[in-house]
Amino acid sequence: MVRQEENGLVSTVPSNRHRPESRPQDASPERFEYADVSRRIRPAPPRYRNEIGKFGIHRGPQCAACGRCVDTCRHGVHVRPEGYLHVMRPYDYRCIGPGCGDTGSYCIDACPQGALKLAVNPVSETMGDCRWTPDLLLSTWAMAETGRPPGNHLESEVGASGGGFDRLRFRFPDSPPPGLSREDISTKLLLNRRGDSRPRIEIDIPWYGGGMSFGSTNLRALLGKARVAKAFNGFTCTGEGGYPERFIPYKDHVITQVATGLFGVREETIQRARIVEFKYAQGAKPGLGGHLLGDKNTPSVAAMRETVQGVSLFSPFPFHSVYSVEDHQKHLDWIAHVNPRALLSAKVSTPGDVDMVAVGIYYAGGHIVHLDGSYGGTGAAPNVAKKNIAMPIEYAIGRVHQFLVAEGIRDKITVIASGGIRTPADVAKAIAMGADGCVIGTAELVALGCIRCTACESGRGCARGIATTDDELLKMVDVEWCTQRLVNLYAAWRQMLVDLLFRLGLDSVSALRGRIDLLGHLDYENEA
Amino acid sequence: MPAKYVIHHKTAKPRFRPIGKLGIVEWREDCSGCHNCVKRDCVYRLYRDEADTLRNEVGYLDYIYQCKGCLNCIQNCTKNILTRVVNPEFRRLGDGYYTPDLILSTWYQAETGKIPVSGAGYGGPFSGPGFDSMWTDMSEIVRPTRDGIHGREYISTSVDIGRKLPHLEFENGRLMDDPPPLAETPLPVIFDRIPPHWRRGAVTSAVAMAAAEIGTLAILDEASLRESGGSLRSHAIPFITAPHAATANPAEAATLVMIPDGPDVMAVQTALKREHSAGIVAIRIPAAPGVTGRAADLARGGADVIQLAFDSHGRERGAAQPRHLRDVLRDTHTTLVREGIRDEVTLIASGGIAAAEHVAKAIICGADMVAIDVPLILALECRLCGECERGQPCPIALEEIDAGFGARRIVNLMAAWHSQLLEMLGAMGIREVRRLRGETGRCMFFEDLERDTFGRWFGKRKTDS
Repeated sequence: MVRQEENGLVSTVPSNRHRPESRPQDASPERFEYADVSRRIRPAPPRYRNEIGKFGIHRGPQCAACGRCVDTCRHGVHVRPEGYLHVMRPYDYRCIGPGCGDTGSYCIDACPQGALKLAVNPVSETMGDCRWTPDLLLSTWAMAETGRPPGNHLESEVGASGGGFDRLRFRFPDSPPPGLSREDISTKLLLNRRGDSRPRIEIDIPWYGGGMSFGSTNLRALLGKARVAKAFNGFTCTGEGGYPERFIPYKDHVITQVATGLFGVREETIQRARIVEFKYAQGAKPGLGGHLLGDKNTPSVAAMRETVQGVSLFSPFPFHSVYSVEDHQKHLDWIAHVNPRALLSAKVSTPGDVDMVAVGIYYAGGHIVHLDGSYGGTGAAPNVAKKNIAMPIEYAIGRVHQFLVAEGIRDKITVIASGGIRTPADVAKAIAMGADGCVIGTAELVALGCIRCTACESGRGCARGIATTDDELLKMVDVEWCTQRLVNLYAAWRQMLVDLLFRLGLDSVSALRGRIDLLGHLDYENEA
Repeated sequence: MPAKYVIHHKTAKPRFRPIGKLGIVEWREDCSGCHNCVKRDCVYRLYRDEADTLRNEVGYLDYIYQCKGCLNCIQNCTKNILTRVVNPEFRRLGDGYYTPDLILSTWYQAETGKIPVSGAGYGGPFSGPGFDSMWTDMSEIVRPTRDGIHGREYISTSVDIGRKLPHLEFENGRLMDDPPPLAETPLPVIFDRIPPHWRRGAVTSAVAMAAAEIGTLAILDEASLRESGGSLRSHAIPFITAPHAATANPAEAATLVMIPDGPDVMAVQTALKREHSAGIVAIRIPAAPGVTGRAADLARGGADVIQLAFDSHGRERGAAQPRHLRDVLRDTHTTLVREGIRDEVTLIASGGIAAAEHVAKAIICGADMVAIDVPLILALECRLCGECERGQPCPIALEEIDAGFGARRIVNLMAAWHSQLLEMLGAMGIREVRRLRGETGRCMFFEDLERDTFGRWFGKRKTDS
């Protein structure tokens, strides 16, 4: 916050909010051409002046500015910049709460004046919901800032939905096998198992970024997603809103989505991609098409989608060219011929016959079946669809896995699960139930500051600058910050996943697949 | 091709300031007066509008109602003196079944007539009791219409009310039977009797007017019909409690009347039919334990229409361990199917139908259609505070409501429900609601999914506590 000017005077740098827009708008791609994206963890502090934490620290007027709290706290709550007399307002979002009392770094006890007070932050209690509890939001923010697992003061593995992932627990062996070290644990995920002539694409982490369309989401956030995909040798997906030019530097890590609206689906966007994904349905609105409300259909979005500005865009459901598995095969053949090196993925929702659908995708030539469960999704959807239609992903994974095993084709196709994957623990549980890997969406948005107020679709869009196309609001984030937050998140997730595998005694994430014996359910006797 | 059934909606702003969920609390002390919160940080401009509204006094003050809780003002406050709270009044709304969120959603639909839409996935519990343990299924590929539910083709939501023949008999090519009369509603929703404590002012008229506007039916008491001088009769189902005095009363000329269940109910039905040759008689049975047997008896005995009236939370009445409508309806439906008489009788379910999804789910469980009461009152801005039942004045002055305005709000709610029903039918790949009846193949039940998935892996589910 403080900068030594050349002439020796100390002046405060204007805070982020007051900074004049120093860069031209997103118009010039060259300016943002980054040859390399690093996986390196760097601090990516929150972009708001008052970040929200679980606890609040209040410094009373008795404070004598002795600085004891600064010396005591190991979490960066109390800071006194060089040359300053007074301690800054506490960065209380970093505080780990009363549990700190046992660690010898507890500022409350250390303050000789008794000027500090610790209380639960009332705002944190109003955030989130059953699936994304305040603790999950805050722990995701902590990971995105620091690149490390969040502290134990936050519940960072499960939410409070009362079922599915939130009631599943791992059963750890008493001690990991000797000789296993964390460095040797592989988290690679193979995407082409068909053994055909197409590339044997392998990514470094068992998850990749879900499709969010240009039009629904801020291009800067999307670029952050593309850049983290490049950094971790993974993927992100265009969603159905077309392929913005600025994705091209990351084209080896961007999946082109072919959705029913066919927005931006051209020969060159298909030829550019290493994976092409057909979106048959999406978990948040199974059985319904995409839905971009008119307010978000700005001139640039309309140009990309070749539509009229301001008109609400409903993608049809389903593909009007696909009414049978044979039609589906023709569909895949079409892409396979346009791009002979691409892997083919089909994203489907989770109806009761999802297992049959998965088999159909394999026989039609698909490399990846992507199951999107009903409780996830980032896009706008009727509440009645989000809550009620199709089954949660926790049920679908096991069904599909076992059906594919029975068909003898399990090792020929990659099963990806999405729709409610919030934490690395969810990823691991999904894999233990039979998926090969996962796709995440909401977790990435939360890392960028989403608070799940669910008002993404209305008016100018997201008030946090994430899911918006509003000229003013989209300036609330920048590409570099988005990238770093996501790099940190991915790094923390990977570390937590490796740690989990280590505790389970497994040397790779692929060894976890289908290991239902390593799971237990809190609502069951667990004696199958 | 017949014209599409459309319910036209038109915004009907609430008369009273609605109760919002979130509020921003500010401690005035220590405020630096920078006004960032007011001028800059509310992307919805609510604070600015607040000032305007205070100056100009137009309509209700909607800023608390409309706070979307984006936290921008809180997180950017220069002195960090703002905090967000959940409105305690919001928390007190309704009860465990008619939750505050459900009430707010109903208000929204009654105001706008639109489907509630939001982003960011579903944030509710994994499953729950009753309807919350059902997921309607969808079809990955097959859809009823080639151009989607917004297209040209038709998804029908009409249902028939009345006795149907098991088969037709002909002699020498001539139809021997006289098919019994049928009433048709364009929506599988009719309006139930409004409980007495809500029958104030123009409430009944509003309900009847709304029924007439959208072409459905409202069950009205004789007293209400008499008071109205017969003007509400066109879309009313008179509820007749004293059938012997029924001759010169509103039952006259009504195609469809309703009577309460009783020991001689079939005799009453016969008597009413004799006096009104075209009549359809519906029998209302309180859904107490054993209601399935009673409904089957009545159906065998020739009842036209049976209404199973559950309590307002969709539970059996008078049972120590009441079952939910979901299970009772499935029992009743399958019993009638097994006896081969399901198609002859119309089943109406009522009580606990609180949202559009419940309509589809009750029909999947075996009802032909549903009757609703509480949502109608919620549409009129009721807060379910219960003051009226205690004889206290109504905080929203229900007795002063204008019939036209009330009807507007109810029509809007039904427009939103109709659209949601279309969305669900569309996702299920079903193009008419009659085909949804008892169609449990288009639905997945929590206990089945748990048993088939986790049960296989983890053994027995611990007894639900």
